Amino acid sequence: MNIVVLVKQVPDSGAERTLSADFSVDRASSSNVINEMDEYAIEEALKIKEAHGGEVTVLTVGPAGATDSIRKALSMGPDKAVHVQDDALHGSCAVATSKVLAAALRTLSPDLILSGAESTDGRVQVVPHMLAELLGVAALTGARKLTVDGSQLTVERQTDEGYEVVTAATPAIVSVWDTINEPRYPSFKGIMAAKKKPVQALTLGDLGISGDEVGFAGATSQVLEFNKRPARTGGAKVVDEGNGGEQLVSYLASEKFV
Amino acid sequence: MTLTDPLDLLDFDSLLSDEERQIRETVARFVTEHVRPHVADWFEEGTFPRELAPELGKLGVLGMHLEGYGCAGTSAVAYGLACLELEAGDSGLRSFVSVQGSLAMFSIWRYGSEEQKLQWLPRMAAGEAIGCFGLTEPDFGSDPANMRTRAVRDGDDWILNGSKMWITNGSIADVATVWARTEEGIRGFLVPRDTPGFTTRTIKKKLSLRASITGELSLDDVRLPASAQLPEARGLGAPLSCLSEARFGIVFGSAGAALDCVRTAVDYANSRVQFGRPIAAFQLTQQKLADMAVDLNTSALLALHLGRLKDAGTIKPHQISVGKLNNVRTALAIARECRTILGGSGITLEYSPLRHANNLESVLTYEGTSEIHTLVIGQTLTGHAAFK
Ligand SMILES: Cc1cc2nc3c(=O)[nH]c(=O)nc-3n(C[C@H](O)[C@H](O)[C@H](O)COP(=O)(O)OP(=O)(O)OC[C@H]3O[C@@H](n4cnc5c(N)ncnc54)[C@H](O)[C@@H]3O)c2cc1C
Ligand SMILES: Cc1cc2nc3c(=O)[nH]c(=O)nc-3n(C[C@H](O)[C@H](O)[C@H](O)COP(=O)(O)OP(=O)(O)OC[C@H]3O[C@@H](n4cnc5c(N)ncnc54)[C@H](O)[C@@H]3O)c2cc1C
Repeated sequence: MNIVVLVKQVPDSGAERTLSADFSVDRASSSNVINEMDEYAIEEALKIKEAHGGEVTVLTVGPAGATDSIRKALSMGPDKAVHVQDDALHGSCAVATSKVLAAALRTLSPDLILSGAESTDGRVQVVPHMLAELLGVAALTGARKLTVDGSQLTVERQTDEGYEVVTAATPAIVSVWDTINEPRYPSFKGIMAAKKKPVQALTLGDLGISGDEVGFAGATSQVLEFNKRPARTGGAKVVDEGNGGEQLVSYLASEKFV
Repeated sequence: MTLTDPLDLLDFDSLLSDEERQIRETVARFVTEHVRPHVADWFEEGTFPRELAPELGKLGVLGMHLEGYGCAGTSAVAYGLACLELEAGDSGLRSFVSVQGSLAMFSIWRYGSEEQKLQWLPRMAAGEAIGCFGLTEPDFGSDPANMRTRAVRDGDDWILNGSKMWITNGSIADVATVWARTEEGIRGFLVPRDTPGFTTRTIKKKLSLRASITGELSLDDVRLPASAQLPEARGLGAPLSCLSEARFGIVFGSAGAALDCVRTAVDYANSRVQFGRPIAAFQLTQQKLADMAVDLNTSALLALHLGRLKDAGTIKPHQISVGKLNNVRTALAIARECRTILGGSGITLEYSPLRHANNLESVLTYEGTSEIHTLVIGQTLTGHAAFK
């Protein structure tokens, strides 16, 4: 099976993050890592390859610095990578990014596209759906389990209430949550081998996309203003006067935890 | 703002290649997820969980710096950095990896026959078979040249008699590299666990390196075929060259133990309030932390320097003595000082410094005592061998 995994480099969600003057994500002042959910997509791809054979390609759209995350992804075991990099991409919205990913995916003609269900910087969860639309393939999103039987894919789709079982034939795109597996550590052999794996560089020109379709120029949405999350407040104290349990439950219910 | 990694004080990581950094990061993550949550219990119970061996194998640390036979073939620096992060977890864990990779596997890889290599190395790299290295004897530690264990020929076979003491992994090993005196000089032998006449005993009541198995090997008319001898090992130089490999890992590893102590002490000092202020805000505490951070970073730079010399193929044994002497005694001093910052909390297994300090007592002694390394440096400087 020819599998492509979408891998995005994001600012480390464990560290201080901010936006640049142009309201794009500030990638220079933070340490950048592989979007955590994408590691689960890589693991799923490697497991499918181990069971059914085939090839795993990592696809990244991102600035030059994303090479670091691509190498890390490759050290887990994928065979090769494609890196779409172009200065005109700076400021691209989800629609434009999806167009670029779709164009790159057409050159790879995968049977299965795997991605994380969301990225920790944008958190919009729309790219997998947009890609399915642009490529005319099935979208099985938010998977907590994926089974492959020949060209038939079955997914347990996680929802707030439980899960749905959905199936589709390849080609298809499956986005995954972190409940699907436990990503492996890159082995030292993998780390050593990653250096030698091919990384194909593509520009917008190579994909037949013009600069004004993407970046700030082609953005369908625009950030006008942003505010820092308000500092944490003291929180509410619950005094138990015989009804402490009830108060806790009604608090949890008001926050939709139960 | 505080430094999450005390080695950022001098931007240590900027001296590493991407690959080296990634290996450091990967081992650190492994230790955080698989070791830190359990190590205090292992230490208290005096066990090393054998199940960890295949996990370490999957990661690729076992014999990682060797080429072929299922080993990753990394640089010496990468191996050192792995030791650093392993020992930041516990010296017992690093000892397991040192003995498996640098003593047991290295002795086979360097001095073994092709048949011996094929039989043992891939399984040892995967953590499916465990090795140990028997040089020290009850009556001969610093002075192994006078060892008593003997191997005598009987037709094509060898008969071994004697005992080995303080052997890491001794009682859990599937194969022991045993050094013995023969008529032609010191030779090495591979003794499989179930060989008749070969028995082991675990040493109990240790106060140090408790999360590591230490054993005694007894050889009572152990009959081995000629093919059990390590064909390329001739004389005491062979086991000493293996020790040089393992010692190199200690130079980095001990810096890792110190790193974990300093990190723990800084965190604690920032959160512990006495007299209305975090104790980190008192000058005495800052003096301790600053002195320790300087010593720790110096140790790390020394280790890295030796690593670069090793990768260049120019390192000399007395240089490894410099590293082992300095870094282990520095780490021990740091661990004890960190313990003081933790006050009463510092005497339990809840915090790592005293566990590290206790472990480092063994590290100070094994692989050449600090006194012997001092005398090696003295000999290099003066030409006089004061230990003989
Ligand atoms: C936890 C642990 C694990 C070990 N694992 C292994 C292993 O896997 N394989 C193995 O073969 N061995 C192992 N050892 C043994 C270790 O290498 C020896 O303990 C070490 O070499 C010292 O020998 P000794 O204990 O007999 O001390 P001794 O040699 O008796 O030394 C006692 C003291 O005398 C000093 N001394 C000795 N000679 C001189 C001299 N000429 N001048 C000045 N001072 C001197 C020493 O420095 C030391 O302070 C291990 C030891 C420990 C504690
Ligand atoms: C085994 C054991 C038995 C004990 N038995 C008893 C007992 O029977 N009864 C009892 O009451 N207590 C007992 N103690 C408690 C003991 O007296 C305290 O541990 C001790 O007073 C230190 O307090 P602490 O542990 O809270 O450390 P902290 O006071 O938190 O000190 C932590 C570190 O900060 C340093 N520090 C604190 N303030 C300053 C400052 N102003 N300037 C510079 N440095 C500072 C300290 O020197 C120390 O290094 C016992 C402790 C132990 C370990």
